[in-house]
Amino acid sequence: MENKSFSIFLDRKRCTGCTNCIKRCPTEAIRVRNGKAKIFASRCIECGECIRICPHSAPIPQADKRENIKQFKYTVVLPDPAVFGQFKLKYTPRQILAAVAALGFDSVYEVGRAADAVGIALQEFIKENRGGGPWISSACPAVIRLIQVRFPTLTEQILPILSPIEVAARQAKDEISQRLGIDREEIGCFYLTPCPSQVTAVKSPYHLERSHVDGALSISSLYPEIRDLLPKIKNQDEPAQATVYGLKWCRTGGQTLAVLSENYLAVAVDGIHNLHKLFEEIELGKFDNNINFIECQCCQGGCVGGPFTIENPFVARVLLRQRQTQFRPKLDAGEAQEIQDRYHQGYYRAEKKAEPLPVMSLRKNIARAIDVMEQAEKILSQLPGLDCGSCGCPTCRILAEDIVCGIATEMDCYFKLREHVQFLAEQMLALALKVPPVTPVQYQIMQTQREVLKFAKRVPPVLGKQSQKKKRG
Amino acid sequence: MNKKKIEKTADTKHKIAFAFTIEGNNFSSAGEASIRLKHALQHIGYPALLIRRIAVAAYEAEMNIIIHAHRGVMKAEITPETVTIWAEDEGPGIPNVELAMQEGYSTAPDYIREMGFGAGMGLPNIKRCADIFDIKTHIEKRGNIEKGTKIKIVIYNK
Repeated sequence: MENKSFSIFLDRKRCTGCTNCIKRCPTEAIRVRNGKAKIFASRCIECGECIRICPHSAPIPQADKRENIKQFKYTVVLPDPAVFGQFKLKYTPRQILAAVAALGFDSVYEVGRAADAVGIALQEFIKENRGGGPWISSACPAVIRLIQVRFPTLTEQILPILSPIEVAARQAKDEISQRLGIDREEIGCFYLTPCPSQVTAVKSPYHLERSHVDGALSISSLYPEIRDLLPKIKNQDEPAQATVYGLKWCRTGGQTLAVLSENYLAVAVDGIHNLHKLFEEIELGKFDNNINFIECQCCQGGCVGGPFTIENPFVARVLLRQRQTQFRPKLDAGEAQEIQDRYHQGYYRAEKKAEPLPVMSLRKNIARAIDVMEQAEKILSQLPGLDCGSCGCPTCRILAEDIVCGIATEMDCYFKLREHVQFLAEQMLALALKVPPVTPVQYQIMQTQREVLKFAKRVPPVLGKQSQKKKRG
Repeated sequence: MNKKKIEKTADTKHKIAFAFTIEGNNFSSAGEASIRLKHALQHIGYPALLIRRIAVAAYEAEMNIIIHAHRGVMKAEITPETVTIWAEDEGPGIPNVELAMQEGYSTAPDYIREMGFGAGMGLPNIKRCADIFDIKTHIEKRGNIEKGTKIKIVIYNK
């Protein structure tokens, strides 16, 4: 799967080159060059860490344009359950759904409904496939990309079940084409997304050749309009079509609740760095073998913590709990049976697997890569090893690799540069002391000597006595 | 990123070696050496499934050193065709290697097993992952100058 689009745009006017972002990126996809950060799309998994850490709000996540809905004869909006955590409790789910539809869509289809169905599909799949665990949930595209890029052997363990967003779009198009006789190609399904990684996943899906979804609009860009529409919409107490299980998919633990069973352990993990550690452990075989299902959320708190949300994720979580009474407690027997039948017909199965993406290797040829690494190791032993980021690379190792590849020099390292300047200062002093006998400037030379020696012997606080030994050697 | 052609040095053999010191009794960071080896192999471009086998073998060897010998050294040499790992310690040694190679047989102390380690699968797992597996051990005995265990693992890039 090639990344046909990329949804994080770096605003160079806001970026100051402060290097805060380069160390947070889990795939080391950012460098600072010419005073500005640059995100390398091939390695970026769109987890949003750079967006969260940047003090100047320079990385800007982008969703699709609203005008795209005009291309379609009939449009459906698919609101993520996270939407219900953005607006005050006094607005009922039906009011919020009506407000969302009033943005300019012909109808609305709750992603929560599809999440209910996928919850049952997951249960059925895990029941049939206990031996292949631990199974990794596939709803978060950033997590899938992290696995494809950094933990490619774990692609085998991604659940081959479509995400609720795809299922929602597919079901909406099925129902509408049947009910109203409109051709599927003329129906546009637009997902109201809490995160930018879904924007890319819709254009380059990992489980399908072509997504059922036609575009993703951000919740944050439409929030002011929805908030203004809400007071004008008549109160409707009828519960939403989703159940509380579907609703809870947007916060960490929601999927786990949906697949809980006495026969196996289901675990929820959020935060991209926690997931990084977790996947390392699974690959080494360190992880508990009794765990059969892992819900992986890239954002802390789950989707309610996504970059396109407005409400604080911890507050949203409480709000969702308060909203429980506004949703049905569970599906009725008929609905559940229909979903199970559909599962056995393959309705929820992925069409293809998420493939490994080998973007981490230094070279396509292994022999050359070994040469590069060996040369890089030699250079690395001469670098301070502080991973300070001042050279624009996240680690000294990466600077060493960039030096070998000819896109950086040793003097990019401020500590090496300072060392070099100190050396030059000593040389200049030695030269200055070689005064011809005829010139009477003894006193000035002694002053200069004192100043230069003060500088030449000074070791920066972050380096220890070790560095002095290195200098001499 | 634009990449420049690498100037080849006179010695054209493609090889890189690593050495890691393993300090025992630090279970939260147990596996550090194996993880670093795994990252190096990823950057070199070894096939993913092979990397996993190599990392698992290295990890089991590393854990054995941590659990039984408390201190040791892991060395690795990587060429385009093979990965060779040496795991060496000066620990108590293995009294009965055949028994140790049986699945489920463990001499790990209770506090180790309570932490979830020491299931008795380490050596059998290494043997299963490796193309060549060599083990030399000397137990601590009066008159024995050498003591400890030396393991050599070779995995081919096929």
